[in-house]
Amino acid sequence: MASVAATPRRERRGQDLWRRFRRHRSGMVGLALTTLFVLMALLGPIVRPYDPAQPDYLNLDAGISAAHWLGTDNYGRDIFSRTLVGARYSLSIGVLATAFSSLIGSLWGLLTGYLGGWFDTLSGRVVDIMLAFPGLLLAIGIIAIAGPGFRNVILATTIFGIPIFARLVRGSALALKERTYVEASQALAASPGRIMFRHVLPNILAPILVYITLRIGTVILIAAALSFLGLGVQPPTPEWGAMLSEAQLYLATDPLMAIAPGVAISLAVLGFNLLGDGLRDVLDPRIR
Amino acid sequence: MWRYLIRRLLELVPTLIGVSIAVFLFIHAIPGDPARLAAGQDATMADIQAMRARLGLNHTLPVQYLYFVRNALHGDFGLSFRQQVPVLQVIKEHFLPTLLLSTSAIVIAFAFGLLAGVLAATRRNSMADLVITAFSAAGISIPSFFLGILLIYLFAVNLHWFPVTGSSSVRGLVLPSVSLALAPLATIARFVRSSFLEVAGEDFVRTASSKGLGYAAVTYKHALRNALIPVVTMTGLQFGFLLGGAVVIETVFNYTGLGWLLIQSIGFRDYPVLQVLLLVFALEFMLVNLIVDLTYGALDPRIRYG
Repeated sequence: MASVAATPRRERRGQDLWRRFRRHRSGMVGLALTTLFVLMALLGPIVRPYDPAQPDYLNLDAGISAAHWLGTDNYGRDIFSRTLVGARYSLSIGVLATAFSSLIGSLWGLLTGYLGGWFDTLSGRVVDIMLAFPGLLLAIGIIAIAGPGFRNVILATTIFGIPIFARLVRGSALALKERTYVEASQALAASPGRIMFRHVLPNILAPILVYITLRIGTVILIAAALSFLGLGVQPPTPEWGAMLSEAQLYLATDPLMAIAPGVAISLAVLGFNLLGDGLRDVLDPRIR
Repeated sequence: MWRYLIRRLLELVPTLIGVSIAVFLFIHAIPGDPARLAAGQDATMADIQAMRARLGLNHTLPVQYLYFVRNALHGDFGLSFRQQVPVLQVIKEHFLPTLLLSTSAIVIAFAFGLLAGVLAATRRNSMADLVITAFSAAGISIPSFFLGILLIYLFAVNLHWFPVTGSSSVRGLVLPSVSLALAPLATIARFVRSSFLEVAGEDFVRTASSKGLGYAAVTYKHALRNALIPVVTMTGLQFGFLLGGAVVIETVFNYTGLGWLLIQSIGFRDYPVLQVLLLVFALEFMLVNLIVDLTYGALDPRIRYG
């Protein structure tokens, strides 16, 4: 429970964690991959060699060349530029949706776990109902109502993630509630809000952080699947899932059209998964 | 055991009611007038009014919900907007292919996941362990639809070993079930490995080796059997997720199962079919979870149902 310690110890703990993380080989690979994709998302639209939307009818389905590193697609658009720019869509959906769902879900879980009672029972039912739809079915249902598009994908993946954070945080809050130091603050008449945010929340930040990292990967995967199904970001936007969906028709003549965005999704998701696993091993060896 | 089963079934009731309300409200959350959609494109005002009465839309929401439940219990979910035949009939046609696809995928995932996991655990830190660990990290990161497209490119477009579109024949089933199996396979392999290593360190395994049992007896009879318990839960959960994943894979392979039907129904705004499909998927998922819980006891004699 080092989070209640004074600042100098906390600083030393941070250095200690970093030293342990640096030795975690696959975690470091994950960190490198995610850094690469974050850079792609930030700088991609600036450093891209070609306009990703610009067709070139003299250069349709061209192969790999010095001018076009990954060839061109069925409209002669540069595949490398499109893949580079695509990082911005996938990563912003992954990060935004996970940020929203972790915030809402954690608050919800904290409230239900700490307060208990009929509110807890009722919200447990709501979580059960939301989790009763397997995989991306809940997200598909929301898209069917709200319609496709970038913003609705964020909406759908946010709602999709909320019950998962709510359940995780509720469980941890429930366990922490019985700890002596929480009982001590209750005896000192601290307000429930103070206990929740000063004593309970800081002690479950580690699993939340691990979950957030792993969730970003999952959300990128789900968002790409939605776009692939035509329910997410629409072509000609160079979103990876949408690019894969377009590429299906030209598989025989232009396989690079599919391989480039497919590898990009896989590596981005792999990066967040490895980073999350590494963080878990370093931060909290108990959770598996 | 029976008492436990009945209690578990009763516990499902509130969730089931909740899911049915959610699915019922679904059709009302769609922007636009369901009666207008149901009546078709060139319907007159009178047609739409008639349709509204036929769909019971002139009642209040709670009354409509009760009608929905009553009809559902009679197996009547209305007509498909698109085909004008009972929804249940449409769903029945597409149910078997999905069952076939998801079952073959989970069998592949369980068999190879178990094999890979035990292999990795019994040869810890060897080359095989490293390869399997790397493979399972990759397996959960590669989107199933990308794998499907790669397999189509390699084995259908270039080598012509398998057809491009999936079907319920053995050859037509191979590529879609392998694509669908990869993620659960990787998850199961990973899980078997850690579960096995955990059990191998426990007292009863040490006791078994110290009383002179051979390596095989200790590994497969004592360690593996106990390591299997959480693996069964995991496989069941994976089977549930796989039902969702089938939506994407069926679209890639143009495989006419429930997932394919789901995407088609969204495209054609066939909301009655969509509504029931969501209900079917949720029901299946809940049922799978229940079965998983019940299998628990069969594998672990320590668990007694009270």
